[in-house]
Amino acid sequence: MIAEAGLIALWLAAGLALLQFALGVIGVRFGREDYFTAIRPVAVAQGVLVSLSFLLLIWLFLRSDMSVALVVKNSASVKPLLYKFAGTWGNHEGSMLLWVTVMGVAGAIIAIFERSLKRNTLVTTLAAQAFISLGFYAFLLVSSNPFERMFPVPADGQGLNPLLQDPGLAFHPPTLYFGYVGLSVAFSFAVGALITKDVGPAFARAMRPWVLGAWIFLTLGITAGSYWAYYELGWGGWWFWDPVENASLMPWLAATALLHSVTVLATRDGLRAWTVMLAVVAFSMSMIGTFLVRSGILTSVHAFAVDPERGSFILALLAIYIGGAMALYALRVGTVREGARFEPVSREGALVANNLLLSAILGIVFVGTLYPLVVEAFTDEKLSVGPPYFNLATGPLTLILIIIMAAGPLLRWRRDNAKALLSRISFPIVITAGALFLLVLLTTGMSALSLLGMALAAGVAVASFAPLWKRNLRRTPLHTYGMVIAHFGIAVALVGMASESSFTEEKLVAAQPGDEIALNKWKLKFEAIEPVAGPNWTALESRITAQYDGGKTVEISPQNRMFAAAQTQTSEAALLTRWNGQLYVVLGEGDAQGRWQIRVWWKPFVTLIWYGGILVSLGGLLALIGRLRRHYLQQKQKIYAELAV
Amino acid sequence: MNRWLLWLPLVLFGLFFAAVAVGLMTPKDNIIESKMVGKPMPEFSLPAAIEQRPALSSSDLVDGKPKLLNIFASWCLPCIAEAPQLLELQKAGVEIHAIASRDTPEDIANFLNRWGNPYSRIGSDTTSSVQLELGSSGVPETFVIDGNGIIVHQHIGDIRPEHVPELLEILRDSQ
Repeated sequence: MIAEAGLIALWLAAGLALLQFALGVIGVRFGREDYFTAIRPVAVAQGVLVSLSFLLLIWLFLRSDMSVALVVKNSASVKPLLYKFAGTWGNHEGSMLLWVTVMGVAGAIIAIFERSLKRNTLVTTLAAQAFISLGFYAFLLVSSNPFERMFPVPADGQGLNPLLQDPGLAFHPPTLYFGYVGLSVAFSFAVGALITKDVGPAFARAMRPWVLGAWIFLTLGITAGSYWAYYELGWGGWWFWDPVENASLMPWLAATALLHSVTVLATRDGLRAWTVMLAVVAFSMSMIGTFLVRSGILTSVHAFAVDPERGSFILALLAIYIGGAMALYALRVGTVREGARFEPVSREGALVANNLLLSAILGIVFVGTLYPLVVEAFTDEKLSVGPPYFNLATGPLTLILIIIMAAGPLLRWRRDNAKALLSRISFPIVITAGALFLLVLLTTGMSALSLLGMALAAGVAVASFAPLWKRNLRRTPLHTYGMVIAHFGIAVALVGMASESSFTEEKLVAAQPGDEIALNKWKLKFEAIEPVAGPNWTALESRITAQYDGGKTVEISPQNRMFAAAQTQTSEAALLTRWNGQLYVVLGEGDAQGRWQIRVWWKPFVTLIWYGGILVSLGGLLALIGRLRRHYLQQKQKIYAELAV
Repeated sequence: MNRWLLWLPLVLFGLFFAAVAVGLMTPKDNIIESKMVGKPMPEFSLPAAIEQRPALSSSDLVDGKPKLLNIFASWCLPCIAEAPQLLELQKAGVEIHAIASRDTPEDIANFLNRWGNPYSRIGSDTTSSVQLELGSSGVPETFVIDGNGIIVHQHIGDIRPEHVPELLEILRDSQ
């Protein structure tokens, strides 16, 4: 009965979404104020029902109810509880239900808490949000019912994709989805403001927390995804420019640009049309990313279950939402009056440069990701665009972007002069020059890009704290701290990237138990190889002891793991983390002579890449908390003021 | 701003939509054809894979008679499926040489005992290096080589019963 209850809740939620959309459209079109009052409770009820539906699906997975087809295909009764839980969204139907659930909850939150927007705009926004949800409800109910029963009931399920059986990855897709949905809210706001011609600071302030929240989740999601690919695929790299990775990077780039332009709109009432466009583009990139991953139209190392029919469905949704929003933009944005003006050398100027560079990088990634597809569609040629293109095309732009990132926060709004700026950033420039000098002197074989990146990172790390210089630290708003930490995080990640690409050492050996391997200051001894078993896998595990520079001996055990349910093999790399880097060991195939391929990497400071990513999200979180608190205090003051009157 | 410029995002999206729609409608094929078809066989020399059959080198493929070169492995399921068809081709008088990809002598011997041995020579390609030079991307694949060592045809995947007459015809044409 649980499955049926879930399905009923889903149908009811879909019905309410339709009602929410109709109320909004009719209310705004005919100016019926009474319809406006109804839309809030409807949005809340929709959020509650769709959440109920999703919770029931989780329950089915936890109970291993093998009469439900989705559970059979993606779970097994011997699976650890965590992965039964994560199995709920580790598949197409469940992840779509999660998506629409988060959308419903976001709609409910707007309905309850948003008080500062004009009512017209708020209602239109909720209607737009419901309209997007309707597409996903239709998708779920028509072509991917997660609650479908199975008969005859099999004895056990088929298990979850072994690559996904990893604590990190269990929470990776939801993180990205929270990000995508946050951008869908920004999209709804943009559509609402376009329709009611209400693009201004109030709209920007209502949209900003959603953009910030989405951006935090996307940053975390990309960081986690990169780390997952790093240790789970066993190839030793941390970014492959794979289509699936690019699909998550593109919304992040757009969201980063949006985050900065929305600040200009909120503070200075500038960049109106541009901000609306970015809000549309950011969500478009999320949808396009999801489409590329789910339709299987691009070949990727991330093998998801793909289905062209579902691909067509998502493509149709894409055409309606994105095509519709862009047509609306072309028709309506002319009515958005030009915002406040500013000089080229100013905070706004730097933020515009930031936006243009981010958009250019986004364009490069977009073209590179889709180019093989376009070529294959119109000729018969098969080709792939690899890392050399992406690194070469995005690298220099990224460095310029980072220079602007260091200088921008030190500029005044509206107008500033270049000389004053130069004196403000003279110290970071000296640091950068010094670092460059030392690196050229002391290292060999660094590429020009890494050399510049590393030197810049040193200067930017210092410059990112400059906005706090000579300020009363206790009275500095929290969101300024957020910016400082996020910018500092970028510098930290940059050091990790440059160091990884320049100083990594690698060795591939065929070793027998008893053999020793030396790499950099590491001494490894291959002790033994033996079979081990886990809850739903068996593995060949090698026992290797590692010693750094005559220090303490540590045992590590890379594995070759075989998953019973899916007959899939994964390689479990062993990582040994020190403060100054990571040792990365992968066990390969054995040969007839009893030797085993062992691949060893020493990657100095590689972990900084992900620590940097975490710092960036932490900065975002501080900014979000700061903004929300300020907003709350202002509203409270307003209410008191009204009461006093 | 120029009013027409406002339509640019929509136009770009339209282009994306068209490319993707075409991509979705064309059936996906992951078959990678070798660029070696029509070219002479690359030079190679492989050791014997099992004791009972001699080794294989590129010179063995240039004796004036067209023949088949089959790439197989004991760990490959479709290779079992195509075994009867290879035997049938052999009975029809076709000379078949083979390259065993990433395999051990014991496994190959077991495989051939169980499913039959249509091969005259078997070379052991433990690192797939010759396979890659041939432009082959998987097992099983079968190449038709004319008497002068030129690759005239590549058959990707297992040989099904309906492919046998086709292959015989190509062999006859390349005489």
